[in-house]
Amino acid sequence: MQPVGAAVPLRVDIAEKIFRSAQGVSITALRDLSFEVRQGEFACLLGPSGCGKTTTLRILLGLDKDFSGSFQLPEGGSNRIAAVFQEPILLPWRTVEQNVRLALPKSLRTKNLDGLFDTLGLAGMRSLYPAELSLGLARRAALARAFATEPAVLFLDEPFASLDERTAERLRHLLLTVWSARPTTALMVTHNLREALMLSDRIIVLAQRPAHVLGMFDVRLPRHYRNTQVMSDLLRSFHQKFPGVA
Amino acid sequence: MSAPDTGDRTPGAAAGSQSSLATALTPVLTVAVSLLGLCLLWGFAANAWPSRAFPGPGQVWQVLLAEAASGDLFYHLGATLGRVAAAYVIAMVVGSVIGVLLGSYRNADRFFNPWVILFLNIPALVVIVLAYIWFGLNEAAAIGAVAVNKIPNVVVTMREGARALDPNYAEMAAVYRFGPLDRIRHVLLPQLQPYLAAASRSGIALIWKIVLVVELLGRSNGVGFQIYLYFQLFDVAAILAYTLAFVAVMLVIELLVVQPVERHATRWRRRPA
Ligand SMILES: Nc1ncnc2c1ncn2[C@@H]1O[C@H](COP(=O)(O)OP(=O)(O)OP(=O)(O)O)[C@@H](O)[C@H]1O
Ligand SMILES: [Mg+2]
Repeated sequence: MQPVGAAVPLRVDIAEKIFRSAQGVSITALRDLSFEVRQGEFACLLGPSGCGKTTTLRILLGLDKDFSGSFQLPEGGSNRIAAVFQEPILLPWRTVEQNVRLALPKSLRTKNLDGLFDTLGLAGMRSLYPAELSLGLARRAALARAFATEPAVLFLDEPFASLDERTAERLRHLLLTVWSARPTTALMVTHNLREALMLSDRIIVLAQRPAHVLGMFDVRLPRHYRNTQVMSDLLRSFHQKFPGVA
Repeated sequence: MSAPDTGDRTPGAAAGSQSSLATALTPVLTVAVSLLGLCLLWGFAANAWPSRAFPGPGQVWQVLLAEAASGDLFYHLGATLGRVAAAYVIAMVVGSVIGVLLGSYRNADRFFNPWVILFLNIPALVVIVLAYIWFGLNEAAAIGAVAVNKIPNVVVTMREGARALDPNYAEMAAVYRFGPLDRIRHVLLPQLQPYLAAASRSGIALIWKIVLVVELLGRSNGVGFQIYLYFQLFDVAAILAYTLAFVAVMLVIELLVVQPVERHATRWRRRPA
């Protein structure tokens, strides 16, 4: 469901995020990180490993309040946020379906999820426990949980990491299918340029730690045009604009 | 490969299920034979040294039947069981809440840890005597004293459990705005389940032994009271009859309540990965 009402973007203005260890060592993870994601847009945060992408998402998810600066989440619709974490983080003692329903607000607990489970190829797995799922299936369950909540904004943290390339590719297509049926503002973190070019409307390119925005790369093409030929053109023009990145 | 095998499969499977039935029965048989052996040994010894202070299994059985027929046995077993249950519930709830709080807040733990150690080391008898002096010879004092004896153990175990909680689940629950009840029921308790089970097990064993002392010192019914009564009469057969009856009750509870509950709580774990 497209959030209705005033189109407030996701607006991020983080001045600084510093990790201080007990030994007194401090690491500045983020500095002057500012960007916007328009409503209904699928944006990617692209940056090298360890640059502070997960740190950024944790701040936006409200899990880390120890930073200076501010951010504003999109409003309207359910006003909820959803996340697909770097690990699936399903409750091992609940079935796939219970895991999905527990994430729903009380008013939606009994809603029909057949379509969503079907699309994600989980129809026969609803009563399985997470230990019975492969990592790829667990990731699909995590996607189902996120989309079931009809979020106003969806955060994804390298949702296809540590999968073999074929499974990852299948999941990317599934993500696009689900997202086109249930569009929402989405911000995905990745260090995989091809993945970013294939999935997103816009890539926000981050610099090495402390993370800040190097620049934007717009991918204006509809996703079904992004075939092998187009992808290599995109890659080339990305490298022209950001030599030395990725 | 499968075609030539099909002929063999049925008898093979039947033999397999027979042997699996045998393997299932072996532990039960072992326990039965072992207990029977103990009874025989006891009988021989009682025959070899006949004494009023050392009755044989037959005499104890006679007393047990007589007490059961008069209804006394069930009345006193019931009184003790009620106290065990009440003290157990109080100790588990209070101990779990305190333990989880201490395990979650490092500073509180630093401050209160000496208290926990102090209470762990106060003898049960002291707590019982003080409870009766301060609060009178009543049921609340009796049950409270037993619970206070058990709470520090539960606190220590549950504090361990809280320290082992995986923060990822709490963060997932925060992002998806789980309500407080859902958090407790679906996130917290399943993670604490092994620790709850450990605290329960050692808890029931300890509690019923302390309940007997509480009954002996200040109650007018229950297994402990009966044992004290028959101690004054020097009736060892009755003492053994009451003790064995209560041990049997606790075994039945273990088999019919504790183990099935535990199997249910850990069913997700036994599925193949
Ligand atoms: N809890 C923490 N305490 C101290 N330093 C931390 C903590 N979390 C992250 N860091 C540091 O902050 C930096 C950014 O970490 P972050 O996890 O955000 O990187 P990332 O871009 O998500 O990397 P990856 O691609 O490997 O997931 C890293 O250098 C890391 O060492
Ligand atoms: Mg990360």
